[in-house]
Amino acid sequence: MSTRLATKGRLLNTGKQIRFSFNGKQMTGFEGDTLASALLANGQMMMGRSFKYHRPRGPVASGAEEPNALVGLGTGARFEPNQRATTTELFDGLSATSQNHWPSLDFDIGAVNNKLARFFPAGFYYKTFMAPRMAWKSVFEPIVRQSAGLGRVPKDRDADRYEHFYAFVDIVVVGGGVAGLLAARAAGEAGAKVLLLEQTAHWGGRAPVDGGVVDGQPVDKFVEQLVRELHTMPNVTLRNRCMASGVYDHGYVLGYERLTDHAPDMNGPRHRLWRIRAKQVVTATGAIERPLSFSGNDVPGVMLASAVRDYAIDYGVSVGDRTVVVTNNDDGYRTAIALKNLGLEVPAVIDARASGGGGLAEEAHALGIRVETGKGIAKVLGGKCVTGVAICSQAGEGAVLEEIACDAVAMSGGWSPVVHLWSHCGGKLIWDDALAMFRPDVDKAPTGADGQGFVIAAGSANGALQLQHILTDAQSAGEAAALAVGAKPKHAAAPQAQARDEAMIEPVWLMPQGAGPKLRMKAWLDFQNDVKVSDVMLAAQEGYESVEHTKRYTTLGMATDQGKLSNINGLATLARSLNADIPQVGTTTFRPPYTPISMGAIAGEARGEVFQPLRKTPMHQWHEDRAAHWEPVGHWRRPYCYPRQGESHADAVAREINQTRGSVGMLDASTLGKIIVKGPDAGRFLDMLYTNMMSNLKPGKCRYGLMCNENGFLMDDGVVARIDDDTFLCHTTTGGADHIHGHMEEWLQTEWWDWQVYTANVTEQYAQIAVVGPNARKVLEKLGGVDVSKESLAFMEWKDGALADVPVRIYRISFSGELSYEIAVPANQGQALWDKIIEAGAEFGIMPYGTEALHVMRAEKGFIMIGDETDGTVIPQDLGLNWAISKKKEDYLGKRAQARSHMTDPKRWKLVGLETLDGSVLPDGAYASAAGVNANGQRNMQGRVTSTYHSPTLGKGIAMGLVLNGPDRMGEVIEFPGTDGTTYKARICDPVFYDKDGEKQNV
Amino acid sequence: MSDTVSALNGATFQGFVTVEDAGLQGMITLRGDLGSAKLLAAVTAATGLVTPSQRKIVSQGDMAVAWMSPDEVLILTPYDQAGTIAATLAQALSGEHGLVQTVSDARTVVRLTGAPGSVREVLAKLAPVDLSPQAFEPGEFRRTRLAQVAGAMWFDDTTSARIICFRSVADYVFKLLCISAEEGGEVDYFN
Repeated sequence: MSTRLATKGRLLNTGKQIRFSFNGKQMTGFEGDTLASALLANGQMMMGRSFKYHRPRGPVASGAEEPNALVGLGTGARFEPNQRATTTELFDGLSATSQNHWPSLDFDIGAVNNKLARFFPAGFYYKTFMAPRMAWKSVFEPIVRQSAGLGRVPKDRDADRYEHFYAFVDIVVVGGGVAGLLAARAAGEAGAKVLLLEQTAHWGGRAPVDGGVVDGQPVDKFVEQLVRELHTMPNVTLRNRCMASGVYDHGYVLGYERLTDHAPDMNGPRHRLWRIRAKQVVTATGAIERPLSFSGNDVPGVMLASAVRDYAIDYGVSVGDRTVVVTNNDDGYRTAIALKNLGLEVPAVIDARASGGGGLAEEAHALGIRVETGKGIAKVLGGKCVTGVAICSQAGEGAVLEEIACDAVAMSGGWSPVVHLWSHCGGKLIWDDALAMFRPDVDKAPTGADGQGFVIAAGSANGALQLQHILTDAQSAGEAAALAVGAKPKHAAAPQAQARDEAMIEPVWLMPQGAGPKLRMKAWLDFQNDVKVSDVMLAAQEGYESVEHTKRYTTLGMATDQGKLSNINGLATLARSLNADIPQVGTTTFRPPYTPISMGAIAGEARGEVFQPLRKTPMHQWHEDRAAHWEPVGHWRRPYCYPRQGESHADAVAREINQTRGSVGMLDASTLGKIIVKGPDAGRFLDMLYTNMMSNLKPGKCRYGLMCNENGFLMDDGVVARIDDDTFLCHTTTGGADHIHGHMEEWLQTEWWDWQVYTANVTEQYAQIAVVGPNARKVLEKLGGVDVSKESLAFMEWKDGALADVPVRIYRISFSGELSYEIAVPANQGQALWDKIIEAGAEFGIMPYGTEALHVMRAEKGFIMIGDETDGTVIPQDLGLNWAISKKKEDYLGKRAQARSHMTDPKRWKLVGLETLDGSVLPDGAYASAAGVNANGQRNMQGRVTSTYHSPTLGKGIAMGLVLNGPDRMGEVIEFPGTDGTTYKARICDPVFYDKDGEKQNV
Repeated sequence: MSDTVSALNGATFQGFVTVEDAGLQGMITLRGDLGSAKLLAAVTAATGLVTPSQRKIVSQGDMAVAWMSPDEVLILTPYDQAGTIAATLAQALSGEHGLVQTVSDARTVVRLTGAPGSVREVLAKLAPVDLSPQAFEPGEFRRTRLAQVAGAMWFDDTTSARIICFRSVADYVFKLLCISAEEGGEVDYFN
């Protein structure tokens, strides 16, 4: 059983005990513990179950690469699934639950999958697709659904806050181990602006555990000295608990800073996403130890040798009293020596190499540790925990030579440089045969816009495994990065480490090398997703040659750890099965993030009230205070209607329309786009933008216009006012304001760059209030200050003035068919004028109306609405707007497109009015059916509804639609099958339902 | 003028920096040929200031001129003088192709005050701009975005910055700044 040692541990503050719970059970640990080390200290080796077979799982690693020890962390609004116990710092009150088991971690029904393992081979999921269709639905899908998924999805809204932070530096150094610290110092000394990111809470990486002597002092003292020096350099910033999660084009690096994960009661954001631009990136990301593939290598208690060492030295935790070390390189001996020095038993070191190890092996010998060379593990004994190992000859097939009782197995299959960040942006790798690893190909670094490399790997991330090599490599990486950003490196000699004689690694991809099917079926590659040597071999046998395909077929490396432990072993197994070289098979693609980052960090501040910008008119608060029912229009919110106590929305809309048509109503029209177009060529420019003529408009007058894109399709409409000879004001739709302004600038800047025209989007400079209805003039006359009589301000004219002492521009334009004034007022005085109008209009019962009333009134008049009658495929000719298309103009945007055969096809559906025979309202978007079927066997169609409302003015349903030969079929009745099973009958009629001669607006 | 209210209507927030409505601000957009002697003279006559070069702002007292684009500057004036100054400018530019437009009400100005590094941090959480003191000094003017909307920013001095955004998103920007300035969110990055 695992337990706490009397020696405590390098990272612990044993003066501070910490209480936490696991599956409801109260436990204690120390400040400085990770959840994994604390659980181990409490004898809790088993921390979860695997994905497919629900096998018992304990931690296999001690850091970010951990595939097994995943827990649900926290409760309620702070619950988060799939958190690695190895990277979770312990805090008071931490509550963790294990995952993927039912009813309990110890006894799990799903483990029956394990017994049926031979029925769940590689590609099981895909193979189920090949079975009869019925089998998928009734047999496989329920099974797959039942067993899929690890953690539970959080149910509550996240209680924490998150943020982004933009930083710009010369050099980002990723990794705060010896290499990263040294590279940062070298670059910092050269004067470069350096940001050093370390994912853990500690500096020094593996070095303080693995030991060594640098410049005559122990390496941990050397680390402390480096950190002190870096803290004094003003041009160097150090951030720990901050993982570089990805490297992207143009030196963009994402940093994931975990601010309060270790102290949730601390005030402030939980995570901060650093969005960094760096000229150079140094990846000093270290290396990850590889597991060995032998039968039973997934039993809780079998761990990476480095992890066993970390738990013992960093956290004072022994994984077991008796630990057998199995290795194919010298590093395994470090664990044996460390354990022995702590007074723990190491029954044997099983070294797969016939020739054994170097200096460290001798040291182990000297400590009296039994070393077996040329041997391997035939299988691990035990189920939920290790009880022993059976050893065999590595060269053979697994005949057991001896069984050795033990509680833990420390395995070392060699080291793989962490090349993820190097690879994210296209850095290439080479296979180093001697070191049995993929390492960065320094000649094929990720390149920036200038074609030069912008990432430099340093230290063990670059394949340098011995301390001296790491120091030399890191020093030169820091200097090279400094040079590349234009700083002046000092070219100092790298610190000197004591060298040690080491024997070469001997790659071992299967143990023993001749292991038969029975052993291979229990030799795990991917611990979380349950992929074994036998699965990869089966995939190869079934014809999978590409490593990317094999990955997806077997799910190797597709778990939450993204194959940090399994990828190299897996592809080596594949290579072996295909009888190919490892570099021929290659690696799968490394993609960001390095380890999962929170959704909260990605969203940053964009949640709650600031999830999206909400645009508000100057009268927004007034509407809100009157409980307006909002309609989103782009990022604006516009009142749809203003329901009164007990009133339905339909009632409110009817009331607003009746008041407006009967007396006077008012509308907040501030969202309408307003663009100033000025210059000697402004008229000529507008003649090109609008289908009709604008250049001959007289100052003081207004004209309605249509705007098409170059494909001829109608994109916007609105009233243009001529302010003076040089200046026009173009009204656009609410949604079109920014887009049309951009459209204008694009044509001016790319095509007609020599025309003298300037534009300015003044949409928000003005609040715009429409006062509408037969009594509108009386209301304005009460306010006083501007003569708004027909003689002084006729329909389609505008004038400036001061209305009740407020400076205004009044446009006499109408979208309702009523006598109507649209009053533009500086936005900061919008509310004041609004209040004055309400006061003056009180005697006429004035009330605001919303967008729905606006829509109904315009439909009663047969006015089109961009987005209703148009959908990006409609041309003005379809809508009977030929009167607004100039025949005299030589050109306008869309003119040529509208002359193309498809656009002039008489069969294009045309706009008509529609009225149901019974006065009901046609369903929106309904299609009119025609006789027969099309080539696909579908019912033929002859038209569709574009706008449909109940008109309170007319007391019946009115609609507009596009219908085949519509204008020639007046009076004909056509049918609209509804989705409710009813067929609606409607008569084709004139689209203008109300005041066809326009007498009301022209009084 | 008593009827005239800024979009934020005097809002303030106290976090690790102070976020406040900077109140009514006169603003004039001037588009034209920034190389034209007539235009440059008109700007100087109207404001007493020399038109700034790319990404700069020049200011004196309550007047300032900010570079917006190769053919646009923004002139900051006292609110009640914007109309008169705009008219003067337009008069001085008659015969020359240009556009003078008062935009005081179209935009909102927010002020941040606090410790030098802190003010920069609040902005660096929202804008993809190098806000280090070396890269962004007082006198510099940046058009950028604040989270999801357009904005512009500059430093009056080391402890005070001003931000301009469109009026309709004044609440959004103010809230963004408040969230960024909330206690506990100090980054301690700029020095």
